[in-house]
Amino acid sequence: MERVPILTIGQTLFVSIQIDLQDESVIRLQEDLAEELAATGAHGVIIDITAVEIVDSFVGRMLTTIGSISRLFDAETVLVGMRPAVAITLTELGLSLRGVRTALNAEKGLEILNGKS
Amino acid sequence: MKVDTANDRMAAFLRDNHDKVVGRWSELAMASVRGRTSLEEVRRELEDLCALIVRVLSRADEHAAGELTAALDELSRSRARDGFTPGETALGVFSLKEAVYELVADAADLVPEFLSFSRMVDDLGLRTFEAYSAAREQIIGDQSAAMLELSTPVVRLWEGIIAVPLVGMLDSARTQLVMEKLLDTLVATGADHAVIDITGVPTVDTEVAQHLLKTVSAARLLGAKCIISGIRPQVAQTIVSLGIEFGDIATKASLADALALALHQAGMKVVPL
Repeated sequence: MERVPILTIGQTLFVSIQIDLQDESVIRLQEDLAEELAATGAHGVIIDITAVEIVDSFVGRMLTTIGSISRLFDAETVLVGMRPAVAITLTELGLSLRGVRTALNAEKGLEILNGKS
Repeated sequence: MKVDTANDRMAAFLRDNHDKVVGRWSELAMASVRGRTSLEEVRRELEDLCALIVRVLSRADEHAAGELTAALDELSRSRARDGFTPGETALGVFSLKEAVYELVADAADLVPEFLSFSRMVDDLGLRTFEAYSAAREQIIGDQSAAMLELSTPVVRLWEGIIAVPLVGMLDSARTQLVMEKLLDTLVATGADHAVIDITGVPTVDTEVAQHLLKTVSAARLLGAKCIISGIRPQVAQTIVSLGIEFGDIATKASLADALALALHQAGMKVVPL
């Protein structure tokens, strides 16, 4: 099973998903992220999905779940780098990811977390 | 074999009377053309057709049937482009029967041949009808594709602010196209504000609203804030009476107001010099 690495940059956790997400790795990511949030007390999570080309309802729900988990640790989640085709798919699936903030790229995501935007 | 010999005799008859048949046929066909093309042009077209029909009847070569259908298709297509009705086009072909009948009436021994010939002309007439509707459908398809392209520009209003002025009815196909173009532009320009202007959308019903909401939420997933502008008084009344909720999406009366709001959200201000 492939694992998604979680990088800690200051008070922000950075997760870049660059593999085809299997159900197991998704669950593992959620667990890892919860542990990391508890350990570091980070205030923000950036999830980069630039490399994700295919999403289904499971992945869509995962993103919302991660948002909810992070909020329990008082951390804000920003989803960055979504491809247009992925956005259209999620909308057609009826998943608008309420509760998760979005930004065009990682830089803008950081700006949101740092309260500049 | 009987049919073959009958066809051969008809072919021979047509070949012998080629000029007379084509002449009369052109005259009859001209009546349905009503001055939209010249007699010479009709005559030239029909001469080719007549020669092909003779070749098919006499079974001179196996390409003749294919060439005849191709010639008929071409005729129907050009008629469709020139705005003729399919009835007029088919009538032009059917008048060959009349032209031949007038000549056959003098020679009574060709009646059975004429019957089978007449059946063939009927088939040809039907063929023009089919080709005509196919050509028309092609034209309509091309036009709607062209309209789809024309009616969905995405324009840049300011650094980081883009706008989509929508004109005409919004259906699923167009929404899809608008959505794709909008999202691609958001990514390409790195814009984080999008204004969707619906001044040119004649009516907003629940379906159109649904399409708008979809577009907005797709843009939101890319991190862009959307503003819907150009809501006219009647449209506002319809939206309220239909109970459509735009939720937390900002709506403005005019594109100017939307631009002002977007600038404000982007932390910019327009001041007099």
